[in-house]
Amino acid sequence: MNLRRDVFQAIADPTRRAILMLVTSHAMTAGLIAANFDTARPTVSKHLQILTECELLKQEQNGREIYYHLNPEKMKEVADFIEPFRQMWEDRFSKLETIMKNYKTK
Amino acid sequence: MELKTKINAEEGKQFLVITREFDLPLELLFKAHVEPEIVEQWMGTKVLKLENKKHGGWQFETSDNKGNVVFRANGVFHEFIPNQKITRTFEMENAPFGVQLEFVEFEKLTDNTSKVSMLSVYKSVELRDQMLKLPFAQGLNYAHNRLQEIAGKLK
Repeated sequence: MNLRRDVFQAIADPTRRAILMLVTSHAMTAGLIAANFDTARPTVSKHLQILTECELLKQEQNGREIYYHLNPEKMKEVADFIEPFRQMWEDRFSKLETIMKNYKTK
Repeated sequence: MELKTKINAEEGKQFLVITREFDLPLELLFKAHVEPEIVEQWMGTKVLKLENKKHGGWQFETSDNKGNVVFRANGVFHEFIPNQKITRTFEMENAPFGVQLEFVEFEKLTDNTSKVSMLSVYKSVELRDQMLKLPFAQGLNYAHNRLQEIAGKLK
């Protein structure tokens, strides 16, 4: 079975969140990213693979090096994931307000 | 348009805060949280039990139009101070989210406006994030159910 990768699974891990933070300002190679962590290089590679698979990171070939950079489109999806939860409460509270406004005038 | 309901869910924290200001006097806002028939209307669920007092319990249940129970939640009150605050536990039955501790505070802004803030504490960051994602995952399904509920009430 192929495990479906989604952005939320990707950002659930603290190391992966740290990687995303790192590449926010500029694209970096795997080696440079790994140098920022105490974790073993293969572990960092695995994280990079997951982040790439779920499209939060994009690879860019520059000469012999592969650079990783943030995919802002996908990050927007992450920023928005809370919206349906907020909307659920917005709907409830708006209903509450309407009900109680009628209640008041009764 | 400014968002009336705000969610503050800091990354890496196991709690979230929901706040909302209402064009309602404090007393009416509070009443909407304690009168079972009113709670049923805006929460879109059936209230099986709502003992508004310290050590009292509560239980909500939602069924689909075929009568199958799709949601059931329960908890107990630890603090119940009218027009000020309710401290209670919240547990969704048959769901992997565990128990949450909720601090609901009511605040008077003016004679005709008020504010509620709900702080929900989860056992872990992961559980909180799962809960936040639930409506996202349910997406269309939820909207559809809401429509059915509302349509059902109009009949």
